[in-house]
Amino acid sequence: MERRSKGFYVLAAFFTLFLIFLYGPTLTIGILSFQGPQGGLTFPMNGVSVHWFKDLFQEQAVGDIWGAFRRSFALGLMVMVTTVVVSVMAGLAFRKRFAGSAVLFYLAITSLVIPSILISLGVGLIFNQLGFKIHWATSGFGAQLTWTLPFGLLIMFAVFNRFDKSYEEAARDQGATAWQTLRHVVLPIIAPSLIGVALFGFTLSYDEFARTLLTAGSYNTLPLEIFGMTTNVTTPVIYALGTLTTAFSLVIIGVFLLVAWVMNRRRTRLGSDAGKGGI
Amino acid sequence: MQIRNRHILGWLEAIPLTAVLLCFLVAPIVMIVIVSFWGATEFSIYPAFQFDNYEYLFGSEVVRRVFLATFKYAAISWFFTLVIGFTVAYFLAFHVRTQTMQIALFLLCTIPFWTSNIIRMISWIPFLGRNGIANQTLISWGVIDQPLEWLLYSDFSVILAFVHLYTLFMVVPIFNTMMRIDKSLLEAARDNGASGFQTLVHVIIPLTKPGIMIGTIFVVTLVMGDFITVRFMSGSQRANVGRLISNDIGLLQYPSAAATAVVLLCTVLIVIAILLRFVNIRKEL
Repeated sequence: MERRSKGFYVLAAFFTLFLIFLYGPTLTIGILSFQGPQGGLTFPMNGVSVHWFKDLFQEQAVGDIWGAFRRSFALGLMVMVTTVVVSVMAGLAFRKRFAGSAVLFYLAITSLVIPSILISLGVGLIFNQLGFKIHWATSGFGAQLTWTLPFGLLIMFAVFNRFDKSYEEAARDQGATAWQTLRHVVLPIIAPSLIGVALFGFTLSYDEFARTLLTAGSYNTLPLEIFGMTTNVTTPVIYALGTLTTAFSLVIIGVFLLVAWVMNRRRTRLGSDAGKGGI
Repeated sequence: MQIRNRHILGWLEAIPLTAVLLCFLVAPIVMIVIVSFWGATEFSIYPAFQFDNYEYLFGSEVVRRVFLATFKYAAISWFFTLVIGFTVAYFLAFHVRTQTMQIALFLLCTIPFWTSNIIRMISWIPFLGRNGIANQTLISWGVIDQPLEWLLYSDFSVILAFVHLYTLFMVVPIFNTMMRIDKSLLEAARDNGASGFQTLVHVIIPLTKPGIMIGTIFVVTLVMGDFITVRFMSGSQRANVGRLISNDIGLLQYPSAAATAVVLLCTVLIVIAILLRFVNIRKEL
């Protein structure tokens, strides 16, 4: 192996600084959330306690954060399932290069880059003018999909661009119907990538703020609740909440990554029996 | 028959996506355009066809300054995210040798993207505040005598937060294009006597352009459309177009908010149209 150049160490140092920049602030509030009961929003630590975490569990202190958490969790699951199903269907559709696919593609890109406040404002206006009640599970749900679906679609593009068509052809040659090919060949092959789509669907919804702002109605999702707290809470309780919800996100991410990893390993272990002499 | 069949099946499979985008993207935009011509009283809005909202927008000195500030935020954030994102991607793509390590480090960069932006903004407060870590450290080192006031609630903190939140959107597409560069091209450059720097400028950067463009589109549109980072990180002391819109919404002046939103959307689309001249997105995935 050739020796590391000097450039490598400079870049490695830069990369390390970048990681500190990315994670440092979050770690800081992680530490500060264990502030003593008399402690403030910055260092020094005034003792160490779980006082502020306890505070979170006394509902009257900080509003309805557990209700908000439940709503965000439910909404995240709804958005996740919808994103996976709709993205896969759209991904399959785009492979067929149907007439009008370019228009739909540019629409999806628009959905991704449009300033979020337009979605928030527009959906809110439509619901108001039509006399519908805005609610996180209807208007909020739809508004969030405009953010998660383009990501799901882009991942599907990346997946199908690398997809080896000869598997499908082999299935067809052996007499599989279109549905059988999809069910027994295509879906199992792309399954690990669907974990990725699901991860995007859930986490982007769980943390979404701008598009939910005017579309959630009278019951806040967690990010909205947290944002409300920033204006009137001046104790480390907000750090405790931040730490808790970040930890929750990390657990979710960890679970998704673990599942994807296990699926990949199973595939490399069981994927091919070529040359092994089995029947 | 075969061809018609393919189109019909494609349409059927595309129905859900089309339906969502029509209801929650196209219809809202149409609605905003319509309402931008409406009028408003203090408490309600009424249908009309008047250009008052636009006349005000294009005549106001304040609005002009706010648009300029928005471009300024976009330009500065773009510069820093590009320099940092390119360097990080370059390190990952060309200096990390095993694929496992590449994936692990790449994931490390990506994970914050899946956590809450609001929390990530809040987490700068103990760092940048008047008695925050940055000021305490600088004072204890003797670099400054008094706490710096411009660290938090300033243009500095706004741009810092943008760079913190959005550099990832540069890293991912640039890394993606870099990984497809044929390594033999780099060897060829070296064999022909190019220095590392020359290889970077004449081989890697030109081949990475599509990734840079996609990252640029992401960062520029995210920053231009933002309203919450500017509000939070500037302590409501700075304005951009997004805040103009959200302030109008807060005052129930929906027609005026809608008109500003239309102008913002057109601005963003023009910027994207210019950038798209340089890259074919679908080929890059």
